[in-house]
Amino acid sequence: MNDSPTLADFGQDVWWLVLIKIVGVFALLVVMTLFAIVFERKVVARMQQRSGPNRVGPRGYLQSLADGLKLAFKEDIMPALADRPVYFLAPVIATIPAFLAFSVIPLGPEVSILGQRTPLQLIDAPIGVLVVLACSAMGVYGIVLGGWASGSTYPLLGSLRSAAQMVSYEIAMGLSIVAVFLYAGTMSTSGIVAAQAGDNRLDFFGLQFDGPSWYAVLLPVSFIIYVIAVVGETNRAPFDLPEAESELVGGFHTEYSSLKFALFFLAEYVNMVTVSALAATLFLGGWRAPWPISIWDGANSGWWPLLWFLLKVVAALFVFIWLRGTLPRLRYDQFMRFGWKVLVPTALVWILAVATMRTVSREADLSSGEVAVYVGLPIAAVVLAVLLVASRKSNEPTRIAAVAAAAGSTNPTEPEVLPPVRTGGARHRPAQRSGPARAEGGFPVPPMDLVVPPSPRLASKEPVAAGAPVASGRRRPSPTPRKDSDDA
Amino acid sequence: MLATYAPLVGLFVLAAGFALFSVTAAPFIGPRRYNSAKLEAYECGIEPVDQPLSGGRFPIKYYLTAMLFIVFDIEIVFLYPWAVANDQLGVFGLVEMVVFIATVFIAYAYVWRRGGLEWD
Repeated sequence: MNDSPTLADFGQDVWWLVLIKIVGVFALLVVMTLFAIVFERKVVARMQQRSGPNRVGPRGYLQSLADGLKLAFKEDIMPALADRPVYFLAPVIATIPAFLAFSVIPLGPEVSILGQRTPLQLIDAPIGVLVVLACSAMGVYGIVLGGWASGSTYPLLGSLRSAAQMVSYEIAMGLSIVAVFLYAGTMSTSGIVAAQAGDNRLDFFGLQFDGPSWYAVLLPVSFIIYVIAVVGETNRAPFDLPEAESELVGGFHTEYSSLKFALFFLAEYVNMVTVSALAATLFLGGWRAPWPISIWDGANSGWWPLLWFLLKVVAALFVFIWLRGTLPRLRYDQFMRFGWKVLVPTALVWILAVATMRTVSREADLSSGEVAVYVGLPIAAVVLAVLLVASRKSNEPTRIAAVAAAAGSTNPTEPEVLPPVRTGGARHRPAQRSGPARAEGGFPVPPMDLVVPPSPRLASKEPVAAGAPVASGRRRPSPTPRKDSDDA
Repeated sequence: MLATYAPLVGLFVLAAGFALFSVTAAPFIGPRRYNSAKLEAYECGIEPVDQPLSGGRFPIKYYLTAMLFIVFDIEIVFLYPWAVANDQLGVFGLVEMVVFIATVFIAYAYVWRRGGLEWD
């Protein structure tokens, strides 16, 4: 573990090494964005039984580069009603924080670059994660100002939605990572990765074994809340309400074209890469190799960790794309209710539960097994009881309705009487219809005495003479010409 | 201490330069074909509604959400240092934090009860 950098290792680099790192982080983000867009299109295409982009470059992987270049040569429109300076600066304001947020993400341990030992991370500070949160909060400004300055209705509505959505889910995101700081005892990203290094000896009533050390496993509730919250925070499906095409055209960037539009797009995907990288850092062990690989001694030194880290980021990106390919978009009120009434209280209760467990186990000097039994089980019981009461309370109207239906409906529905349909000839004869069948309880049920009518195909085959081929359902031309056609 | 953040300034300069170059260069690289209809606000082909200056009025809900955000964001600001130092603070810190979260929770329950979290 001597490769693991500490806070003292930062700020020691020579100037050209800093420059290399800056350009490296910038290039990594741009390349990851180009990759993420093609990857998303290809994965979604595969989920929808299509091929996806496969023309530009090897296997279509240069498609987004071509799209970006194409955007540069499109007309740049300044709408007549736009607030010019703000409209001009909004994409810049959205882009800069997106890049800055990635600066505290640790990409690997100490490596040697041109003879210099240096941690594979741009900066780190005792408050490392706060830099990410601050930058993601600044990113909201770009979106709000862009929508407001467009001087158009759809962008304004989209930007307002976006602002409300991002601040709401930022609360849930901020609360979900408190438990990580509680366990790690630090907010520096490299410190959090070091805290997941895997010396987690568990003692379950005399039975000793190595437990998992990833916070995604130790703090599952935090991890789930974080994943949901960042999907809302980055405006991704199923929470892509600011860009709901069916309601708001393109959302806040409806009026943007050319490279300004490209910058908004870039910022959105860089944000997605950043929160994926933060998920890998805080919950999935950072650059440390996952379990089967970590048996190999060299897995956590040199340049290999960069590969594990990128694999984790791509896995997280895949989850984003998977959600988009699977889930329909939520309604806005459902979305806000979910954020404020489910995620926030759950996160707060979870923080208190984790803090109580940790403090009690330390003060009473319990082993991990005793903590699980004496503290974890009561807390779990209380949380389950509260959830049960809450769900019974919220389902009360449904339960009452169900009881009423089971005891015989209070107001049975009359069969629907259809007005007589005017017949316009033999072809327009209406089908025999009656009102929807209703059972005693009032709920519509299919008719129980349903008799399947004989297949018309069978009926048409009845007159076929014995010995004629009947394997095909299609009517064949008669082998012998009919008499009347001969006469004609 | 602040020297730690020097690379951040470098990245800021690079990102700002890239973004500013893009938005400045875009009008010169792309074609220019004037059309007055193209410069109007896009409203799916119908006559655009005139926008009042500075966006006009929007629903009170957005202000309420912003206020709630400030309340909870400040709560988070207090939670972070406590979480980092929890192992040194011991039982006293835990009790303090339970009292603090309970206080915010009362306000939260009040807002919920009054329908402040309902959207529509």
